[in-house]
Amino acid sequence: MIWNTEYECMEREELRKLQGERVKNMVRRVYDSVPFYRKKLQERGIEPGDINTINDLQKLPFTTKQDLRDNYPFSLFAVPQSEVVRLHASSGTTGKSTVVGYTHNDIQMWSEVVARSLTMAGVTKSDIIQVAYGYGLFTGGLGLHYGAEKVGASVIPISGGNTKKQLQLMEDFGSTVIACTPSYAAHLGEALLEEKIDRTKLKLRAGVFGAEPWTEEMRSQIEQLLGIKAYDIYGLSEIIGPGVSMECRCQNGMHIFEDHFIPEIIDPETCEVLPYGQLGELVFTPATKEAMPLIRYRTRDLTRLHAEKCDCGRTLVRMEKCVGRSDDMLIIRGVNVFPSQVESVLLEMSETKPHYLLVVDRENNLDTLEIQVEVEEQFFSDEVKELEGLRHRVKSNIASLLGISATIRLVEPGTIERSMGKAQRVVDKRKLK
Amino acid sequence: MIIKQLSVFLENRTGRLTELTGILEENDINISAFSIADTADYGILRMIVGRPLEAAEVLRKQGFAVKVTDVVAMIVPHRPGGIHKALQIISDNNVAIDYMYAFASGECKATVVIRADSLEKLIEVLTEHKMELLQEGDVTQV
Repeated sequence: MIWNTEYECMEREELRKLQGERVKNMVRRVYDSVPFYRKKLQERGIEPGDINTINDLQKLPFTTKQDLRDNYPFSLFAVPQSEVVRLHASSGTTGKSTVVGYTHNDIQMWSEVVARSLTMAGVTKSDIIQVAYGYGLFTGGLGLHYGAEKVGASVIPISGGNTKKQLQLMEDFGSTVIACTPSYAAHLGEALLEEKIDRTKLKLRAGVFGAEPWTEEMRSQIEQLLGIKAYDIYGLSEIIGPGVSMECRCQNGMHIFEDHFIPEIIDPETCEVLPYGQLGELVFTPATKEAMPLIRYRTRDLTRLHAEKCDCGRTLVRMEKCVGRSDDMLIIRGVNVFPSQVESVLLEMSETKPHYLLVVDRENNLDTLEIQVEVEEQFFSDEVKELEGLRHRVKSNIASLLGISATIRLVEPGTIERSMGKAQRVVDKRKLK
Repeated sequence: MIIKQLSVFLENRTGRLTELTGILEENDINISAFSIADTADYGILRMIVGRPLEAAEVLRKQGFAVKVTDVVAMIVPHRPGGIHKALQIISDNNVAIDYMYAFASGECKATVVIRADSLEKLIEVLTEHKMELLQEGDVTQV
């Protein structure tokens, strides 16, 4: 099943023409309405008239997450605030989030690409879909919600957590599809066993999982535990949210909805554009976005693109599962975490720079984060209640900044290994590769 | 009247305490009194030693987080009610005890190490009630 054959199966030459047209319009729009981009283009001597075809995309400068932070909250918006109907945000360093805005048309477009994604997983209006992604500032819940409504499925907006209730509704309502992070899916599968729920009583048949890295082993584990077929969905809020790309039944990479999100692969060091098939950093130009169009946004995700036509009939380019990041960002329980965010919390609590280590692991299929903090003398009190108070303050500050809970472990000074005088900040014990 | 106590942060690791006592032995530092407050992950070792400032330096050089804290050491009779009388005086005078540890030395005396919210007031009320307090130089005799 294909939701929109016109765009999803478009001849590649025609698609490139359409992309060129859309980039051209977008550059004109941002030049006129976003001072940041006008300045950036002028500095490089680029006029909107210089961009006419998709081949001209390479002339344009890149946009980074730092640019989004520097323009916090609304300076990259290309429309007046009165046209913005939705705001989402992700956690950011020193309390500053990355903010994204949507116009009415952006929400329509987002629903369209999620509808296409769900259709790839075989979802139709006859399905009952349990959306167990978090609802709120995170794009997962509402993104899947609107797309599923567009398909016409019955949506259960249960949001994340509350595992018992999830299982109860799954059984009582006869949910046929579940959408959540893969680690939560595995967790639900294990809870099913624990609660001794008879799987034959469930009608679940497919799952749409994303927002964090996962392996093929995890896929088969989830499929076995829940008795479903598991599909991979990819997205990031800067581009739109979930629904930037999605796996079809062939499960041979994720089709990027290129008519909206124009992908490139670059060498993260030289920024040179690489041909299809080569490993590099994924860059997107969401050319049809109205509220916040971005020029060549660097995702920092490392992957390869393949342009051969897929057996499913779609001509859209396919991206492989991301193999890593070109920066130090971690994805923990679907939440983006930079070590520098943890550092900023610790810095706020003491005068000097602390030594710390993030230990990420996966226990019972749920990501765990332990933050080890060296108890240097400025931190050290000889009373247990003071040290425990410190531990709780770190824990609650981390939770409120990052939106995830972490175990805080106080360790002796010098315990955290340093190489060349520089401390290693992260140990990721999850086996994802 | 104020005694210098060393507080050391220790992770719960086998052998860690032995390393510390080894360092003190090598440096010929005598431990007179000693207590550990423990949690699941770490402990705080508190001790009264001879030459506390030197001991703190030696331990810091070996990578320990050390704090020198002021405490009061009080001598009470080693018999039923001995410590009770002292505590009664302290609580009657509204001095809050943060922590304390005690040990008996010899047949007739026990020493109680106390950290309180106001050491000044603690010393004042104990002296007023003629309780015997250790002086700094007395430590090695404990």
